[in-house]
Amino acid sequence: MTATADQAAAGQSAAAVESSGLGKRYGRTWALRDCTLSLPEGRVVALIGPNGAGKTTFLSLVMGLAEATEGTVLVDGHPAGGPGALARVAFMGQDHPLYKRFTVADHLRMGYELNAGFDLPWARARLADLDIPLRRPAGRLSGGQQAQVALTLALAKRARVILLDEPVASLDPIARREVMTVLMTRVAETGATVVFSSHVVAELERVCDYLVVMSRTQVQLAGATDDLIAAHARLIGPGRAATGAAGGDGDVPAGVAAVLERSASDAQTVLLARLSGPVADPRWEARPVTVEDIALGYMAAPGERYQPSPRLSVVSGSQS
Amino acid sequence: MIAFYLEPDSGVPAYLQLVRQVEHAIRLGRLRAGDQLPSVRDVVAMIGINPNTVAKAYREMESRHLVDTRQGRGTFVADLAPAAAGPAAIPAALARDLAEWIARARAAGLARDDAAAVFDQELRAAYRNEGIA
Repeated sequence: MTATADQAAAGQSAAAVESSGLGKRYGRTWALRDCTLSLPEGRVVALIGPNGAGKTTFLSLVMGLAEATEGTVLVDGHPAGGPGALARVAFMGQDHPLYKRFTVADHLRMGYELNAGFDLPWARARLADLDIPLRRPAGRLSGGQQAQVALTLALAKRARVILLDEPVASLDPIARREVMTVLMTRVAETGATVVFSSHVVAELERVCDYLVVMSRTQVQLAGATDDLIAAHARLIGPGRAATGAAGGDGDVPAGVAAVLERSASDAQTVLLARLSGPVADPRWEARPVTVEDIALGYMAAPGERYQPSPRLSVVSGSQS
Repeated sequence: MIAFYLEPDSGVPAYLQLVRQVEHAIRLGRLRAGDQLPSVRDVVAMIGINPNTVAKAYREMESRHLVDTRQGRGTFVADLAPAAAGPAAIPAALARDLAEWIARARAAGLARDDAAAVFDQELRAAYRNEGIA
């Protein structure tokens, strides 16, 4: 058990990435707007949303690959793109960019020459574990192998903050599991913060402990997965026939803050809801939901927003 | 040493799945007092799960007095893990009452699933104030 994991669980950790009013416009089109996030240190953050939601733009701004049109973003307290931030972040782009004609060994040598803290023995050992031939040109590796090489290069940098843009989108399920296992093992070894984007919602619960849902260039939902699971439920209750509600949309038990999904018939009503307190009404049964249910629920209800105390770490820091 | 697994669609939070697997293994006698649990890193490598989740599961097991963490040595099944008492600790009268109830339900023509639904509903109603997760 690492100190980082303890701190993260206690909610007392500093922010690894802190953005305030962050926005990016390309020409006349906004790719990201009003993005205020505080991603705690030592967490594994999933950045979820449909294509075009602003995920890649956010990661590019954190990495310093693009310049903000408005607002600020800090990495471990250092302005993104500056030398302090660049020394602390590693990035893996969406298409696992490798030099096709260079061998895997060439890539390792480049990583070693270009990055002060590059962990060459670890990178070699990992590629050997995966049976990836060091002397083969990158362009002749399979898609899964290329992803593994790109991930190894990013992780060997020993960065405090690891940014991964759609790391598993192009992979088959087995390679996907392998990539995530390597990533999680590295987090256990180094206590690094990981932020990965994905438009695939499956298997989130296994890997992420902090969830950000983006839609239409804005942050819709952000919070620790435990807090989000505790604040949402599937509610099963009486149908329209029992309540006499004409449209069926009026009847919601006390304790519900917002309804994300509703399916109602004469016999039964099922809600995916955010709660403000316990649902005591005996006609309604509350069932637990998964992280996937919550992510999909918000994606299906783009008007709903929920960001419980996004500045918690800043507030607790100023009080101590 | 215990081998963990995850059931993604169970609706049970991942950390709680690990806690329940240890409880269950203790109850069945597969884990005994003093047995060592795998390190956080080993569990991560085993099932590709977030290390913070494993750390949280181990803290929860500690607070339930299922395991002891010995500094620098690892995590071990506690001497008097509560679940180790197992079914013997459940008063026999309770099981008898339930068996009687099941017999009455059968006599009334309830199929197995019907009886289970009634039991489940009453169980949820009785424990409903103890949180949904």
